[in-house]
Amino acid sequence: MAKANQPPMSRALARRETISGYLFMLPSLIFFFVFVVYPMVMCVFTSLTDATMADGGGNFIGMTNYVNLFQDEIFRKALVNTVIIVVVSVPTVCAFSLWVGACIYKMRDWACSAYRVIFYLPVVTGSVAVTVVWKWIYHYYNGVLNYVGTGLGLWEKNINWLGDTKFALGCIILILFTTSVGQPIVLYVSALGNVDTTLIEAAEVDGATDMQVFWKVKWPQIMPTTLYILVITTINSFQCFALIQLLTSGGPKHATDTVMYYIYYSAFTLYKYGYANAMGVVLAICIAILSAVQFKLAKSE
Amino acid sequence: MNTGVKHRSVYQTVTMILIAIIAVVIFLFPLYWIVTGSFKTPTAINNSVPEWWPSEWVMRNFNELFSKRSAPLWELHVPLSEWFTQDNSQIVFSTGPTVPAAIRWLINTVFMSVTAMIITCVTASLAGYALAKKRFAGRAILFSLIVAAMALPKQVILIPLLREMSNLHLSDTIWSVIFPIVGWPFGVFLMKQFSESIPGEILEAARIDGAGEVKTFTTIVFPMIKPGVGALAIFTFINCWNDYFMQLVMLRGTNVLTMPLGIAKMQGEFGQDYGLLMAGAALASVPIIIVFLAFQKYFTQGITMGAVKG
Repeated sequence: MAKANQPPMSRALARRETISGYLFMLPSLIFFFVFVVYPMVMCVFTSLTDATMADGGGNFIGMTNYVNLFQDEIFRKALVNTVIIVVVSVPTVCAFSLWVGACIYKMRDWACSAYRVIFYLPVVTGSVAVTVVWKWIYHYYNGVLNYVGTGLGLWEKNINWLGDTKFALGCIILILFTTSVGQPIVLYVSALGNVDTTLIEAAEVDGATDMQVFWKVKWPQIMPTTLYILVITTINSFQCFALIQLLTSGGPKHATDTVMYYIYYSAFTLYKYGYANAMGVVLAICIAILSAVQFKLAKSE
Repeated sequence: MNTGVKHRSVYQTVTMILIAIIAVVIFLFPLYWIVTGSFKTPTAINNSVPEWWPSEWVMRNFNELFSKRSAPLWELHVPLSEWFTQDNSQIVFSTGPTVPAAIRWLINTVFMSVTAMIITCVTASLAGYALAKKRFAGRAILFSLIVAAMALPKQVILIPLLREMSNLHLSDTIWSVIFPIVGWPFGVFLMKQFSESIPGEILEAARIDGAGEVKTFTTIVFPMIKPGVGALAIFTFINCWNDYFMQLVMLRGTNVLTMPLGIAKMQGEFGQDYGLLMAGAALASVPIIIVFLAFQKYFTQGITMGAVKG
């Protein structure tokens, strides 16, 4: 850019830039360091202690929390459930939003906006309102799902969706799905709209089919968007909490426990403060590794 | 379909219909069910045969919601007074009339979201501009720190935050939810993206004309990044309104609850009264949906700009 051509700044000017730069940053940096960076550091620090909610610091116990963690059956169960949620929901969300994005981006403006708004609505509605209404929809006696399902003959008797270990996690993944696709669809619509049209026309002139145009021309160009969507969807799925807390509280028989819910449970029900923080650190590391892997994979393609 | 497309294949027609069905059944129906459910009678709600359209519209659920709990409409306290009292309580000098708690929750939620939105927009646009246009020592390190923090799960820091808030005498106040949202670096990142497009020549010209830093920012920079500020404002507003986990951890007393949190607590107590819960869900979601629909354009822009990595 133009920067290379600029003459080097004089020392006085450089100092002025630094001072004004930090003054502009200052209000934001205060909030960032006090309410984000400091708690992050404290999270790692407290995970090495046996602190509880009541006492202040607790005693330093080294890696004991981490060792206990991996011997904790509930934690392992929660980890497995979280991985299931991530493995099922991330590809589904990506594929679905790509499909919808590819179908609606060429529509008339109003139609495209309308679809984007509809698919974004569950996010705006908020997890509490969405969860409460789905709980009613899933209800054993007066839920719409059982009424429609038995009415159409899809299943014979009413199913206790949230109380059955076979179905509970699936039900939660469905709600998570509705609250996750809004943002990816918006992103795909704008990414597809920005694909270089001359390339598409050239391919069409050369007799490429719609499918070939999509996978050979558009898909490589929207790769950065796909990568971003993969990362944010992974982070969101790992943090699945509100649905669990409001719908099942991890039950039945820990069938829907997730790491995030178990962190909350350990900290605010069992008051094991250090232990919960250790779980938080493990979760953060998992997410960091997964994001890094996704970046590597996407870069190599 | 657009002008470029000459004919619709069967495949395309089928996909269109399929998408429309999914949109209506999974995405629109729950919202429809909340709104209609909030006006249904308990008999209609508990019937195993659902009423697709309420046969009778009643206000019973809202009346019930409003009569369950009450709270003062407002409480103004001496700022920082909790630092000086024996038991860390606030010195309240003005208390409003007693109203149904749901109204107070709605006021709390609006206050929380609007305040977080304003502070975030001001601090983030200042910082984003500096990151994009100022060449100062340590800029690269700060920027990497911001990007790294964004990739970490926000909810993990909530437990240490709770203790920090109690040390700062902020626990169980609306501010304990506002400050971490302001601190979250996404806004700075977004405003940096928007500020990159300001031409350096204009800033240079302003400096040569003798405009100070503050004047340059208010008269030149801010008008140019206005669309970005709009996007960030609506984004922060909606995220703050719906940040259930943060509210759940930070807020306890009836007087400081937010609308989503209030509904969640009611669900714990009156779990089977779906009419009541739908009324609460409607109150918690309809205002935010209206805001979203009104500023939808800005919002889409914000989402897309935030994704374009620098």
